[in-house]
Amino acid sequence: MLISLFITCYKDTLFPDTGKAVVRVLERLGHRVEFRSAQTCCGQMHYNTGYTADARALMEKFVRDFDGAETICAPSASCVAMIRDHYPKMAAASGDAGLHRRVDELVPRVFEFTELLVDKLGVTDVGASFPHAVTLHTSCHSIRSLQLGDRPARLLRAVRGLELRELADADQCCGFGGTFAVKNADVSAAMGADKARRVVETGAAVCAAADNSCLLQIGGTLTQRGEPVRCLHVAEILAAGDGR
Amino acid sequence: MIRVGRAAEAPPFPVAAKRALGNAQLRRNVRHATNVIRGKRAVVVGEMPDWEQLRDAAHAIKEHTVRYLDFYLEQFEENCTRAGGSVHWAADADEANRIVIDIMRAAGRTEMIKVKTMTSDETGLNRALEAAGLVPHETDLADLIIQLGEDRPSHIVVPALHLNRTEIRDIFRGAMNRAELTDRPEELAAAARQFLREKFLRVDAGFSGANFAIADSGSICVVESEGNGRMCVTLPRVLITLVGVEKVIPRFQDLEVFLQVLARSATGERMNPYNSIWTGVTPGDGPQEVHVVLLDNGRTAVLQDEASRETLDCIRCAACLNACPVYQQTGGHAYGSIYSGPIGAILTPQLQSMEHSRSLPYASSLCGACYEACPVKIDIPEILIHLRERLVDAGEAPAGERWSMKAAAAAFASERRLGAAQKAARLAQWPFARHGQLSHLPPPLNAWTEHRALAAIPPQSFREWWATRERAGGA
Repeated sequence: MLISLFITCYKDTLFPDTGKAVVRVLERLGHRVEFRSAQTCCGQMHYNTGYTADARALMEKFVRDFDGAETICAPSASCVAMIRDHYPKMAAASGDAGLHRRVDELVPRVFEFTELLVDKLGVTDVGASFPHAVTLHTSCHSIRSLQLGDRPARLLRAVRGLELRELADADQCCGFGGTFAVKNADVSAAMGADKARRVVETGAAVCAAADNSCLLQIGGTLTQRGEPVRCLHVAEILAAGDGR
Repeated sequence: MIRVGRAAEAPPFPVAAKRALGNAQLRRNVRHATNVIRGKRAVVVGEMPDWEQLRDAAHAIKEHTVRYLDFYLEQFEENCTRAGGSVHWAADADEANRIVIDIMRAAGRTEMIKVKTMTSDETGLNRALEAAGLVPHETDLADLIIQLGEDRPSHIVVPALHLNRTEIRDIFRGAMNRAELTDRPEELAAAARQFLREKFLRVDAGFSGANFAIADSGSICVVESEGNGRMCVTLPRVLITLVGVEKVIPRFQDLEVFLQVLARSATGERMNPYNSIWTGVTPGDGPQEVHVVLLDNGRTAVLQDEASRETLDCIRCAACLNACPVYQQTGGHAYGSIYSGPIGAILTPQLQSMEHSRSLPYASSLCGACYEACPVKIDIPEILIHLRERLVDAGEAPAGERWSMKAAAAAFASERRLGAAQKAARLAQWPFARHGQLSHLPPPLNAWTEHRALAAIPPQSFREWWATRERAGGA
């Protein structure tokens, strides 16, 4: 299958290793991947902060950039939620029937990474090996918007040597929230501190998530506190090992 | 004037929140109380096989009602009047307070016993009564604590949630002149009971809020846990009820939906211990003078914005407060309004036409826990975003933010510009980078680095890596 990657703006810039891990996992499973370099951002930050006109322009660009792509994969639950939940509404509000139709055609072809593996490709064991204790942060967008359920956990449980440790208060937000982290920095940091404490309590060496944005918050808090827990995107764990 | 309590005097949310975060006792109290209620709610919601259908039904009834609000309000007025009640219409807080004062004076009453009513906090009724020489006595236990402690409510259902029993003991010791009181809950409840009983038996005017005003019967419904409300609405001969216009529901039968979802969402009970419903006047039994004041105070203006008018569907259960990770950190006072938490963050700004509450739509990480908990399915995160959009469109967003968003939009406009921006950011970060970590970044990013570490931007972006790989002929 030819899978078109949407790497997302901040992963492209701040977390290139996640994108590389996605490429590795999908190719190892025998799929071809493409990266359309015209892509930039889904518009989530602008949309969530109230800059709808800018978000709409980025939506139109996204639709153009991924024109004709059969299967689109993004290793970010929040960006997929932006596309799935908000693109159709924004397109309907634009009054542009052609755009609305193109968006409606595009949305069902966009998959979050773990969703693509489990639902579309039918795999839970990707042949990875990662002999460490791992805890999983289930991000708000992954559980409430995309309803990913236990898909990320099932993928991690199938990894050789990986011990998955349960995270208390798993459904609580880490406090990132995009511009919330800056506009309400004190509250955001207090939420991050709670989450970091729960992560440390698990005793896991690694905190995983299907969103790098949460990991930016959790990892930043852990590092600030001198905690040795590493934060890794689920894809980076699934890419570990030789794939056999 | 449209007024929501003292919200106009409140500091912006981030400022008030920072103050709350510094109060460790308050945070412990709020965390403990919200955890307890959330746990109870989860049990009684989990046992309902038709919970989602009940939510859908509640949402559908409310949406229908809000759409035909004028019709149902007039039907309520007609049926309540026919049953011997008097219906008054108040355009704003001041008019509502004036109507209540006039009724009290005409009836020759100087004191009133009140059962919990958020709406009278909204209009600032107690201050208006006191200014007119009248005396309000709060009788709901939590509201009594707030009144005696000269405090403000911090939660829609549990107004004194921010206080623990030791703090309550100290308030009672002072206000009731009972130095011997301990902090045993039984003792505190007995003290309140004794204090209030005298008022129930003596004061001959009652005042209530309403959970529902029922159009097809002209009835008012109030639910509560203590029975003090039952005293207020049955003992005095004069009874005044203040109702926000959005509290009307079409049919008596609709209570079958709302009484199920409200108690479970609000207090984690299967049913409220006291459900009082009355219809006008019953000669020789209960209040012989029954008034209902229907309050607008900005609500019909909310109706006009189709994208956010479902805010008016709220039944004030506070499930969104208990579920909200932001509320759990700050408690209710930080929201500067009697309506706190996620629902307060969308209701207060709309009632006040955003005038005094521009910071509230941003008091959320958009995690969606509120929407998930809401028994009438108000999509609070969507409305928060919509209100942010309204502020941006009105040119009310801070200049720095507008500039940052414009710069980001420009960078995202093309592959070439994004690549250039990535390179520029990597160069610009060097003065701030040490051992792979960034610190002391300039505003607005200092808000990040003051609290959290930030790894330096890696030397190669994904797109650069991909281009190199392509040139090399694939993996």
